[in-house]
Amino acid sequence: MNMIFGMFPSILMIVAPILITAIGGMICEKSGVVNIALEGLMAIGACTAASAHVLMESAGVPHTLSLFLALVSGSLAGGTFSLIHAVAAINLNADQTISGTGINLLASGVTIFASQILFSADRTREFRMGMQTDFLGIYPTAYIAIAVVILSWFLLYKLPFGMHLRSCGEHPSAAESVGINVKRMRYIAVFSSGILAGLAGGCVVLTQTIQYTSNTINGRGFIALAAVSFGRWRPLGVMGAAFLFGTAQAFAIIANNIPALRVLPTEVFNILPYVVTLVALVLFSGKNYAPRAAGKPYEKGAS
Amino acid sequence: MMHAKQKQSLLQSDGAVSVLVVLLGFFCGTILIALVGKNPLNMYKAILQSLTGYNVDNGKMNVRYIGETLNYSVPFILCGLSMAFANRVGLFNIGGEGQYIMGLTVAQAVALLGPTIPHLHWMIAIIAAVVIGSLWGGIVGLLKAKYEVSEVVSTIMLNYIALYLSRIICLQLPGATTYKTANFPATSLIGNSFFQKITNNSLLNNGIFMMLAAVILYWFIMEKTSLGFGMRATGFNKEAARASGIPVVKSIALSMAISGAFAGLAGGIVALGSFKYGRVLSGMDNYGFDGIAVALVGNSTALGTMLAGLLFGMLKNAQALMQSKQIPKEITFIIQGLIVIFIALRSALKLYREYLDKRALQKEVGVQ
Repeated sequence: MNMIFGMFPSILMIVAPILITAIGGMICEKSGVVNIALEGLMAIGACTAASAHVLMESAGVPHTLSLFLALVSGSLAGGTFSLIHAVAAINLNADQTISGTGINLLASGVTIFASQILFSADRTREFRMGMQTDFLGIYPTAYIAIAVVILSWFLLYKLPFGMHLRSCGEHPSAAESVGINVKRMRYIAVFSSGILAGLAGGCVVLTQTIQYTSNTINGRGFIALAAVSFGRWRPLGVMGAAFLFGTAQAFAIIANNIPALRVLPTEVFNILPYVVTLVALVLFSGKNYAPRAAGKPYEKGAS
Repeated sequence: MMHAKQKQSLLQSDGAVSVLVVLLGFFCGTILIALVGKNPLNMYKAILQSLTGYNVDNGKMNVRYIGETLNYSVPFILCGLSMAFANRVGLFNIGGEGQYIMGLTVAQAVALLGPTIPHLHWMIAIIAAVVIGSLWGGIVGLLKAKYEVSEVVSTIMLNYIALYLSRIICLQLPGATTYKTANFPATSLIGNSFFQKITNNSLLNNGIFMMLAAVILYWFIMEKTSLGFGMRATGFNKEAARASGIPVVKSIALSMAISGAFAGLAGGIVALGSFKYGRVLSGMDNYGFDGIAVALVGNSTALGTMLAGLLFGMLKNAQALMQSKQIPKEITFIIQGLIVIFIALRSALKLYREYLDKRALQKEVGVQ
């Protein structure tokens, strides 16, 4: 029992970015746009936040302010890149999987390219101090994640705005017929998913490591994507899914401290989150809970 | 009228659009390099050298670069075929990477543990790589067909599972350290001494013949067999295919298995052709991911995928040269990413065509 309690802060540290990203992905799919670029957007956010923090640190900006600005710049970078996906998916009726893959590829190039230009290395320079835990041993990112979940639930299910957004993902032409601007709604949704993925990328880099490398994100965006479908496109469900995957991932770190488990190779625990995700998707498959128009381009006047 | 028609036919040719998209990608890459204060000419010098072996700066010729470019393009082409095959059935196989890793792992295991009989040894290793690749792909097809698990998510999970599984397996192989195993016995290698002689000791090997066979096989299955017809029909319209008696579920599972076989072959060839020892992977080789772009640029046709694979092999070979000329090698990833994004934006051309059609129609109606 004591051990599980001790695990809790590191679980929260790992869950927070996945959860934030997954909520963004959920909002995006609710509006009818599938965003598999989450992985790349997280990378963009992480690289921007790490670079901004390092540069401000050496310029003597106060620590808390520097962290805050790093997170903001990470979010904005993620949001900006997500606009590529928005234009492709919303205005040009592009295949959303292809444009998402393109952004993922582009992100893996752009982040390291930028590091090469800024720091003349294939990674950003190490920062001296990342985020600090509070008296409970919990990083502020956990509170940010909880705030994001509550805010998204309130926006999507308690405000007319949320109902409008969801209607764009279920039946866009019906939404259009009652005067909802489908394209604008989808733009807002894609942009917020970019902002949240960028923010989450910043959270990863400022809590779990000391610099951005090509391995920093390492599939977290894809896990978030899986969490959206496993969580059945509901904030609480997505939160549960993110917790499951995060716990599996945290277990890999914690297993190192348990003598009985140390005989197994670490890779066994590294595999765990991915196997859990896959098994969960199979076990809970069946009825399709996805927004009906997700992934389909909407053409005004068509159908 | 005539003018509009001509414009239309050019825009309708997939090949022409692909060329345009690639040029556009390079154009943006060039501008980016210039923007960060480097000389874009150095990038093209590196590309020329990797393509022809000619070094512009000192006028020397080294044919090894040609051999290396060809050798690099083999896995790109095979992973491209893997993606293309699934694509034709209307599936998006992001799992090429995992299928490639499993092929590579099993080929390494067979090379170190299999019977050291000349010829038979490497054949078993390659066949094992193909089989495991098709199994790894087949799982995805099965999950998709039976449980409706999105292949996009399941393939990504299987990629990471493959990576760590590969580490677990390779760390148990004879002579394994944290990054490599013992050397392979000579009977397991697929080197070609004639190629080595004419290309100044490049790593070009017999894998290129297997790649060519795979390209022909791909073309044959897709265009000439009823199996391929059923798959293409499923890709065009699932419901229509089902209604006309094509077993859609079987079609999906089978096509993912064949798709995985191509990527598995790529892994086997890289393991036995480009290395003399087994590697304990610390990260992904990315051939599988880049195969997505290769297939998209090649419009999922046999010839197109081969040409696109050569382009990517050339870029990969040019990376080290670029780095030595102070151009960050990541520019090649940026160009590849941009190319894929532009391919996605290709749908804009369709909108433009529709607009032209509408205009033409309005004109006709107006005239009469």
